[in-house]
Amino acid sequence: MTKLGLPAATVRRARKLAGQAVAPVVELARTHTTVSVERAVLRLAGMTGTDPTLGDGEIPWVNRVVDTVREQVGLENGVALPVWHQLRTGGHASLDELAEKVGSGSVRFAVPEGKDADRARRAALAATKRGLARVDRNRRERERLIKRIGDPTQRPWIYLIVATGDIYEDIPQAQAAARAGADVVAVIRSTGQSLLDYVPEGATRQGYAGTYATQENFRLMRAALDDVSREVGRYVRLTNYASGLCMPEIATLAGLERLDMMLNDSMYGILFRDINPIRTFVDQRFSRMVHARAGIIINTGEDNYLTTADAVDEAHTVTVSQLINEAFAHEAGLADWQLGLGHAFEINPDLPESFRLELAHAMLARELFPDAPLKWMPPTKHMTGDVFRGYLLDGFFNLVGTMTGQGILLVGMMTEAVVTPWLSDRDLALQNVRYVLNAAGGLHEDFRPARDGFIANRARQVLGEAVELLERIVDDGLLDAIADGTFGITKRPADRGKGLDGVVRRADGYHNPALELMEAQA
Amino acid sequence: MSQLVRPYGDTTGDGMVQLSFTLPVPHDARAEGAAAQLAAKLGMDPALVVHAKPVGVGFTFFVVYGRVNHLVDLDAVEVIEREYPLLSAKDVNATIKKTLRRKLVVLGACIGTDAHTVGIDAILNVKGFAGEKGLEYYREMRVLNLGAQVGVPELVKSARSERADAVLVSQVVTQRDAHLRNTRELSAAFREAMGEHRPLLVVGGPRFDLTMTEELGVDRIFGRGTTPGEVASYLIHALVANRSPRMEADR
Repeated sequence: MTKLGLPAATVRRARKLAGQAVAPVVELARTHTTVSVERAVLRLAGMTGTDPTLGDGEIPWVNRVVDTVREQVGLENGVALPVWHQLRTGGHASLDELAEKVGSGSVRFAVPEGKDADRARRAALAATKRGLARVDRNRRERERLIKRIGDPTQRPWIYLIVATGDIYEDIPQAQAAARAGADVVAVIRSTGQSLLDYVPEGATRQGYAGTYATQENFRLMRAALDDVSREVGRYVRLTNYASGLCMPEIATLAGLERLDMMLNDSMYGILFRDINPIRTFVDQRFSRMVHARAGIIINTGEDNYLTTADAVDEAHTVTVSQLINEAFAHEAGLADWQLGLGHAFEINPDLPESFRLELAHAMLARELFPDAPLKWMPPTKHMTGDVFRGYLLDGFFNLVGTMTGQGILLVGMMTEAVVTPWLSDRDLALQNVRYVLNAAGGLHEDFRPARDGFIANRARQVLGEAVELLERIVDDGLLDAIADGTFGITKRPADRGKGLDGVVRRADGYHNPALELMEAQA
Repeated sequence: MSQLVRPYGDTTGDGMVQLSFTLPVPHDARAEGAAAQLAAKLGMDPALVVHAKPVGVGFTFFVVYGRVNHLVDLDAVEVIEREYPLLSAKDVNATIKKTLRRKLVVLGACIGTDAHTVGIDAILNVKGFAGEKGLEYYREMRVLNLGAQVGVPELVKSARSERADAVLVSQVVTQRDAHLRNTRELSAAFREAMGEHRPLLVVGGPRFDLTMTEELGVDRIFGRGTTPGEVASYLIHALVANRSPRMEADR
């Protein structure tokens, strides 16, 4: 298997260090909750809709209820105990009716004790169990459809993006993309959604550089892709983004609506959106547990580091982040086949031997994570507007992708940095992919880099640097490393950043029915 | 005397250009005729449709080569010439030190819903862009990068409390002219809050019309490919160079 001759002891050491680095952060996640985790519990139990009397009617009931519980009794014990106690004793016909009464200000929450607490706990477990059962059914339905309709015949899977802002425009575009060869369709979210502390509702027709992630949009798009899957004879996967301030809720909605892949990075929100580190890690653990349960493949965001930092000097930070993402993911119950660990073709093409360096980095990722469907991201930073040169770069990107057995290939557009892709851009980009896969799809069988050649040496060097960095991270603590700007240059202290006020330390009596059920399963 | 040129294929004056586009018609002889007609209307004569390929259902992609008869008058071309000299980092630092006698305070942000910090980061981050280090690298500048999705009121507040000399804002997202709306909101807020004493306002992004400074109420617009060195040199030109050292000392 190993073509690079990576020293097994170094690989083991890297994994062990990554495990040590994440352990204290996992402990933080186990001892804290967030407003979004609590809202996800209510969503799993079936609470939907928005409060029509507030603002423009965009604030969901789950936000109103969690905020009200927090004001009245705090969130230290979780939202489930006070809500289901109230539901049981307050004479409400349903969760939705309770929400409306919260809206009118007529509900007083209390944290139940003794037998009342037991009863509330049982009721909460029963309600969230129904939600998880739907997630389980969706997983089985996906497996059934794949068996009946079929998977793509080739690897990597071809991943295309649509992003019009209008779900009803996205649908025909996504179907056209599938007919043109896309195996995975990602609907990019509207710019700014990651910093909204609520999930918008309903079918949306206006977004900025993307379409809002809502439960209804998820449902509409999945149904449209089911139709086109039957037509093209392969199950076309749907991707969205479990990132930002509502990561746990969006992961939950993805599970409820049978999305197939979710962008979900352990550190992206911290580094690139300035979201508080603790908020991110708590939210992330919950969201990954949902993904694990739902059979969703996560895509991590290491490609982003290389757009802000140098792709050669900082190559080892990608490896470190992949190892950290893997450690967090395993802890949350995700299996290797669910880890679409990210990396990208972002080395300056003017650099001598840039292609060999790319090959070395991509092979390193492949050999470090042999069972993970790696997500291979196209050049963006060095796409200049010279579309002809860009087309060639994308060709070399595709070649590395097939030579190193990448699992998911995001199709590069020659008009990157110029326009949102035109119909013809997408067609040309897919021709590029098809040509390379046709012409060189089996090249990885023949390609063995020389044992002590440039590529093998470079891969070992990057792995060595990754181990050194992991040692420093273990010594300093992951949170301090992030605060000091270890990843992607940005410095993010643990006591700053957006969403910090939504983090709550759990009390001894904390109860979260969703976590309890998912942990029992895992 | 005017200077006239034509596009160059392989011979001076041949006027050859290439063009690609998609028409919403299925591929057949009529479609190719339609492509030739469009090329002719654009002034290509003769026009050669060298490639036609069906794309999706009911669309055809074309590549056309042909000759145009138009003349370009170089003397009639209007460009914004850089009105300031390009300085090295060393010269920038020396000028600030000598003339301002304190650090030059630069505040940067992406405003509105724009989460694309790539532009502002390229200018501010030490890492920089196109081989030039970013403004954080300049010893005599104090740089604060507020990051993405900063509200305009928050930016005005920070500019005031940090006593910013210049505020740099990058705007990538242009859907529904968001970049123009956001920039107008920015300049109006600063005008209202600080009037004459507002900091220098500089915006950048790939889709701005560089001549719109007045209309947008900002001091300078930078476009695609701008390097940190150009921005630094402009800041010196606008804020420092024309000031006499003594006046600054009297302030």
